[in-house]
Amino acid sequence: MDLELSDTLKKVIDGLSDQFSDSFIEVYQSTGDTFVRVEADAVVDICKYLKSTHHFIYLNDLFGTDRFTSEERFEVVYNLISLRDRERLFLKVRLPEEDPRLESVADIWKSASWMEREVYDMFGVHFDNHPDFRRIFMPEDYEYHPMRKEFPLLGIPGSIELPSTTPDTE
Amino acid sequence: MGIESSLGDGYFTTKVDALTNWARSNAAWPMPMGLACCAIEMMAFAGPKYDAARFGSEVMRFSPRQSDVMIVAGWVNYKMAHAIRRIWDQMPDPKWCIAMGACASTGGMHRCYGVVQGCDNFLPVDAYVSGCPPRPDALLHALMKIQDKIRTEHSVMLDT
Ligand code: SF4
Repeated sequence: MDLELSDTLKKVIDGLSDQFSDSFIEVYQSTGDTFVRVEADAVVDICKYLKSTHHFIYLNDLFGTDRFTSEERFEVVYNLISLRDRERLFLKVRLPEEDPRLESVADIWKSASWMEREVYDMFGVHFDNHPDFRRIFMPEDYEYHPMRKEFPLLGIPGSIELPSTTPDTE
Repeated sequence: MGIESSLGDGYFTTKVDALTNWARSNAAWPMPMGLACCAIEMMAFAGPKYDAARFGSEVMRFSPRQSDVMIVAGWVNYKMAHAIRRIWDQMPDPKWCIAMGACASTGGMHRCYGVVQGCDNFLPVDAYVSGCPPRPDALLHALMKIQDKIRTEHSVMLDT
């Protein structure tokens, strides 16, 4: 597929495939945006490189998806923006169903901290070296990850406690 | 009417129940539990156009102390349910509860794992208001229903 890249993005893609040739998997375009898929273990180095060399100082979003495939089931997507060059780049990594685990990028972009907590809460992806690794929406002792596709929409009855309807008496 | 004639002018007789029910029903102070969009309609209910003050219900305390009617306005998630129940338990008896809108009554369109499918799962609800959002006059109607309910209560004394 021919890519329609701006000069800046062309430089970014060339730089990535040069510097990280072992980890670079594919680049494609869809709905007017550019996606780069890389190996999971290189993601911190790639993010550092993109921020320092190509000015992607704004992590617009970081989210998970459940592809519900037997291999490489989960995907974590980094939505990066360069405010100076007005460019957007999506970075994707895929993770196995068994023990999905990634290195945290929270010390590159501080905002990643909460977004990674959300990905953990909803999909069960673990982030190593995260500064404050906890659930963010669901109760701390909740056993499930609600955005996984096998999770029922209405939840699992009884899995979250409702308040007791007999008031405390002293 | 025999007893009034022997008491003379300036007296009337009634039942304690009738008197307390009259007082209670005309001073049902709301405890607003505004959780989502319905809360905006609840504000209109207290504002000058719909004017809940006509029914003695203008005193919104934002505190459980001395409130009588809890208005659950909006969808209730599981985490919030504990806070709501705690406030409910802190309200003095007797107390009443309005589930305002589709969400508070049934979970509404939030048919999902995080939202309690109706606040009657953990609160004793007296009046349900339909609609998404219900108009403020629908909430007034629920308030009047609760007033009716209070007026027919036998709360103070039982004939023995
Ligand atoms: S019933 Fe409608 S207006 Fe009320 S809280 Fe639910 S969604 Fe919002």
